[in-house]
Amino acid sequence: MRKNLNVIAAYSIMMGLIILVGIFQSWNIALSIFNLCLISAVMTMGANIQWGYAGLINFGIMGFTALGGLAAVLISVNPVQEAWSAGGTNILLSLFLIIGIVLAVRFVLKRYQKSKIRNYIIAAIIISGIIIIRLVSEPGIEAIEEVNPARTGFLGGLGLPIIFSWIVGAFFAGGLAFVIGKVALGLRADYLAIATLLISEIVIAIIKHEDWLTRGVKNVIGLKRPAPYEVNLQETEWFINLVEKFNSGKLALISDLSERQAALNQFVIEGSSVFVKLCYSGLFLVVVIILLILTQKALYSPWGRMMRAIRDNEEAANAMGKNVVKQHLLIFVLGSAIVGIAGAMLVTQDGLFTPGSYRPLRYTFLIWVMVIVGGSGNNFGAILGGFVVWFLWIESAPIGLYLVNLTTAGLEDTHFLKVHLIESVPYFRFLMMGIGLLLIMRYRPKGILPEKIEIK
Amino acid sequence: MDFLNAIILLLNYIFVPALAYGSQLAIGAIFVTLIYGILRFANFATGDMMSFGTMVAILFTWYFQSIGLTIGFLPTALLAIPFAILFMGLYMLIIDKFVFRYYRLNKSPPVQLAMVSIGVMFVTQAVVRIIIGPSDRRFFDGEKFLIRANDFKEMTGLNEGLAIKSTQVITIVVTIILVSTLFWFLNRTKTGKSMRAYSDNEDLALLSGIDPKKIVMITWMIAAILATIGGVLYGLDKSFKPFTYFNNMLPIFAAAIVGGIGNPFGAFLGGYVIAFSEILLTYAYKKFFMYILPESMEPDGLVQLLSTDYKFAVSFSILVIVLLYRPSGIFKGKIL
Repeated sequence: MRKNLNVIAAYSIMMGLIILVGIFQSWNIALSIFNLCLISAVMTMGANIQWGYAGLINFGIMGFTALGGLAAVLISVNPVQEAWSAGGTNILLSLFLIIGIVLAVRFVLKRYQKSKIRNYIIAAIIISGIIIIRLVSEPGIEAIEEVNPARTGFLGGLGLPIIFSWIVGAFFAGGLAFVIGKVALGLRADYLAIATLLISEIVIAIIKHEDWLTRGVKNVIGLKRPAPYEVNLQETEWFINLVEKFNSGKLALISDLSERQAALNQFVIEGSSVFVKLCYSGLFLVVVIILLILTQKALYSPWGRMMRAIRDNEEAANAMGKNVVKQHLLIFVLGSAIVGIAGAMLVTQDGLFTPGSYRPLRYTFLIWVMVIVGGSGNNFGAILGGFVVWFLWIESAPIGLYLVNLTTAGLEDTHFLKVHLIESVPYFRFLMMGIGLLLIMRYRPKGILPEKIEIK
Repeated sequence: MDFLNAIILLLNYIFVPALAYGSQLAIGAIFVTLIYGILRFANFATGDMMSFGTMVAILFTWYFQSIGLTIGFLPTALLAIPFAILFMGLYMLIIDKFVFRYYRLNKSPPVQLAMVSIGVMFVTQAVVRIIIGPSDRRFFDGEKFLIRANDFKEMTGLNEGLAIKSTQVITIVVTIILVSTLFWFLNRTKTGKSMRAYSDNEDLALLSGIDPKKIVMITWMIAAILATIGGVLYGLDKSFKPFTYFNNMLPIFAAAIVGGIGNPFGAFLGGYVIAFSEILLTYAYKKFFMYILPESMEPDGLVQLLSTDYKFAVSFSILVIVLLYRPSGIFKGKIL
């Protein structure tokens, strides 16, 4: 109990802060912060597995998040029959062609010795393959994008419940990670960082511009929900009764009947959105807890010990007969898959998929700040980092506004400096993140909750 | 005649823009490569440092414009550059003193320095946005075109016009001057040689009496010059927007690695490799083929290898291919 005191204290402070937001601002804001904190926590767990367990830098988190989001679209949206009949065959044909190219390249790689001619053959296969695919897919893509472009214009998905996409998103992200890992894991740490950053940009470019698959920048809105809709809730008997019971104290104070009804309606509207958010919180909490149990088990298993050995001294681990390359690939895939889950969760919660919103600052660097601040190598630390940083990211605008008002109290309200500062309050969050990261890196390089390894 | 038209077309839409864009990337790439070679970390704050320098230059430009100080047909920003460089150098030295020095003296692994540079990135980004705001700003004044497309058509009687913007010429001229001075400095002067020696082997350099403090300071100064000039040239040619500058970090990194990181000459050429491949692969060649092929063979489609949406993706794919087949870069930088 005693040794976990700092963990418990840190988490209680965090929960206390969120509850304070609930009391002083509103429960809606508090819950949406809490939900995004949970999603961030899943992302940091993924990044933490790669960085904290194995020392791999993955700056491609944005790409994996977006792939998870793509999975949510492809699973939950109903298929667009017209589009399938218009261009489905071309797309399927191109898919087979891609598989064919990969098999052909593999065949050449296996069959022939390493030589210049082999490289030329591979290049020829890939280039001619790309040209053929373009010729095959172009009419199909055009046909698909012409099907009702204002509302669909893409192939749609499978029409399954969106919850499945959390698993599929993990597989998508893991698959991409496998490819990237095969290509880039041999690189030195900071090159791996740059390579993954650039590859994730390529992923985003594809998602943004392949309209037949994702609708691109036209966004996919109105995704299915695993939780009830507010409008439906507001008309459900048991929910109204529940709200009435919950607020009976306040309602009893109002004597006028019509006023009481109006107040009740207000409570029901507020309550419904809180209820929906609570549903999401419950779902996300389940995911976080399952992942936490799994990652904790993994950390203290022989496998976790091996990973740390590899991280701390690659040569020694290699000399002991551990397959460093294979383990690095495995952990890269696992971590990315977890990030993929988070990506799908994020889209599920938002109910929309906006490829234009994936930016490295928000989805890669911010997640890294969370991991470093929270404590790399410690799962509880990583989750806490997700909470703390996301909380500050959201609440820094009010805090910044307060600080501006405090420091410029002597100036008139129309003074240009004050107006300018108040206008730029949203950017104080960058300042806060940067200074926070620098201070943590300097004075507490292992994070708020440092890694501690106990031999059990 | 048709053949000439085709050539002018390519010059106008591919060669001149790519040369200007490549020069801007090349300056940035040399900046990355110098920091990497001498201070030994990947600087993720590259784009934002450039935007900081540009911001200072813009503020000076506004000041000069307000007091009516201009330099004829040239943009006023050129006048502001030296002042901006001073500020930028000061900023870099402050950052180095309070942030990077500690890790350098502790001999932290490069990864940690890269993380720290992310912190610097956040802070710089915030400072820029708080001071000048996140919106798009054009600060170009003076003569816009050196040759207008219509004038060119009249002059030569060709169908295709060649438009050369003065910013493109300024970019190329300034780049040539800057880069040749830099290479002269690195290869011929004593300080430059000691910088290269330090980059090559730190311990040996220390043994031969090279003062690391001096080397680091000069590196930051050169970095300030490169960041400011590169940023201002890009801003003059396109426009200044903090977010775009942050994104420019990516092709700049690609250029530095493709050229062989730690090798300034490689970085210089890498910038052009990236710029030309981006534009060559995403240009629609339909008109070009219309000029050189007989009428019966004219293409139907746009004859575009990749849609322009994939401009960035092209440079990153080149990077991936280079990393796969020649991880030390085309011109042999440090071995990864």
